[in-house]
Amino acid sequence: MSSDTITEPATRAVEDPAELKIVPTRHYARWAAGAAVVVLVAQFVHGLATNPVWEWNVFRDYVFSETIVQAVWVTLQLTAYATVLGFLLGTVIAFMRLSRSPVLSTVAWTYIWIFRSIPMIVQLVFWFNLSALYEELGLGIPFGPVFVSVDSNTLIGTIGAAVIGLTLHQAAYAAEIVRGGVLAVDHGQLEAAAALGIPRLRQIRRIVLPQAMRAILPTAGNEIIGLLKGTSVVYVMSIGELFYQVQVIYGRNGRVVPLLLVATAWYVVLTSLLSVAQYYVERRYARGADRTPPPTPLQRARRFVTKEST
Amino acid sequence: MSAVMVDVHGVHKSFGALEVLRGVDLEVRAGEVTVILGPSGSGKSTLLRTINHLEKVNAGWISIDGELVGYRRSGDKLHELKEKDVLKQRTNIGFVFQNFNLFPHLTVLENLVEAPVSALRRPRNEAEDTARRLLERVGLADKAAAYPRQLSGGQQQRVAIARALALEPKVLLFDEPTSALDPELVGEVLDVIKDLASTGTTMIVVTHEIGFAREVADTVVFMDDGVVVEQGPPAAVLDAPQHERTRAFLSKVL
Repeated sequence: MSSDTITEPATRAVEDPAELKIVPTRHYARWAAGAAVVVLVAQFVHGLATNPVWEWNVFRDYVFSETIVQAVWVTLQLTAYATVLGFLLGTVIAFMRLSRSPVLSTVAWTYIWIFRSIPMIVQLVFWFNLSALYEELGLGIPFGPVFVSVDSNTLIGTIGAAVIGLTLHQAAYAAEIVRGGVLAVDHGQLEAAAALGIPRLRQIRRIVLPQAMRAILPTAGNEIIGLLKGTSVVYVMSIGELFYQVQVIYGRNGRVVPLLLVATAWYVVLTSLLSVAQYYVERRYARGADRTPPPTPLQRARRFVTKEST
Repeated sequence: MSAVMVDVHGVHKSFGALEVLRGVDLEVRAGEVTVILGPSGSGKSTLLRTINHLEKVNAGWISIDGELVGYRRSGDKLHELKEKDVLKQRTNIGFVFQNFNLFPHLTVLENLVEAPVSALRRPRNEAEDTARRLLERVGLADKAAAYPRQLSGGQQQRVAIARALALEPKVLLFDEPTSALDPELVGEVLDVIKDLASTGTTMIVVTHEIGFAREVADTVVFMDDGVVVEQGPPAAVLDAPQHERTRAFLSKVL
């Protein structure tokens, strides 16, 4: 297009269009809303700090006490066992469900159906009373002779029962998460792996699962955080995890609010650590997904600081 | 005349009620390039996929270098092979996809090394040496550490060709290798295939590039409606087609 077809603006105070000044819109309503929220937050923080009901001195006394730290350790162990075992079992069930064998996929479907249907707390109490259901557990030929048998209570202690309950519950959800991730992988990837003659298990481990991880991780992160907090329901089995111990202590001394704060603080800290871990694990599995991976918050902060100082 | 490398014999293939291949016979000799032309839906991609058993046939058989693909014959019965054995056979048959299907989470080098190490049990350092040599051959020696998505379509397809070559297959199958590429990237991929043709690699190429067929093919096969309509040297099939359907197709694409 030639320049003579452009109609000149009516006013020509400035000659060079690049010199025209741009005035951004003023967001008065946004500023007012921001100010109001800041006041409310300040009030809340002030209340937290000054209201004597919170009893921060009691909080300080207990937050790192031996009982509580030990209880946190139990909570972490329950979470770790149930996560690892739950996702292992869940992955097996997911591939059973995707299998071409109708027997395997039906069994997997039924497992998921049942364990998603039973509330976790109900299931835990069931496992707690396992010895009433099966007094002895034995190893032998199905429907045939039994070679070894043990008393079920000695084999599976209370913690064991809790881990089994959490694992079986978690596996049902993990199976669906893993299955979703596997279905999200482009079919061409499996075809390419098959065309290259890569062995079947290797196809799953090396080609499918790493790519499925991108879809699995956000939901899995949710699940693990849910599980961490969910371990608090095993207090019904009198296991000395965080929430149970906190209840024991305030049952004794009556300081309900500060001790609930102790539990809250620990859950928040642990969840935050898990969230950070999730961020970096997700980043690792995003390799190759972006042309240039975005910087981590740390890298960004460092860049910001160095830019400021220079 | 050299020996028959790929022998396709009376192959039928249906998807549900739709019969895609209706009795296809095809012979490809060692060291020759066969280009398959035909309108979409004529069954050319399906035929290619039956050759490495990505699709099972409903009738007929295919052999590579005298060995049945996907089946074992005893008497007058064909027994389906176990997946493990089919996978082993496929290491003899390189396949290049229209959409490249590179593994996006692995670097270019890892893409090339994966199958030789896991399927052929080659030592990793040996496989890496071969991979680097192949990358040099397709002009991408400097991209070994890149991830596939950091490459252009043409570069990705060249990596895919190198990945197929890494298994040193007896035959290479190309399923419309340039159809997903921008026009200016088609040339670089065709150049690599031409280079392979000049070194005596046995290849079957499904494509719409008539010029490429004329230049490189030893045999041009024209397929329509699930059968081979005619085949012969490019000069015969492309310039003096005997069948009305071939003439009609060529008049549309030339």
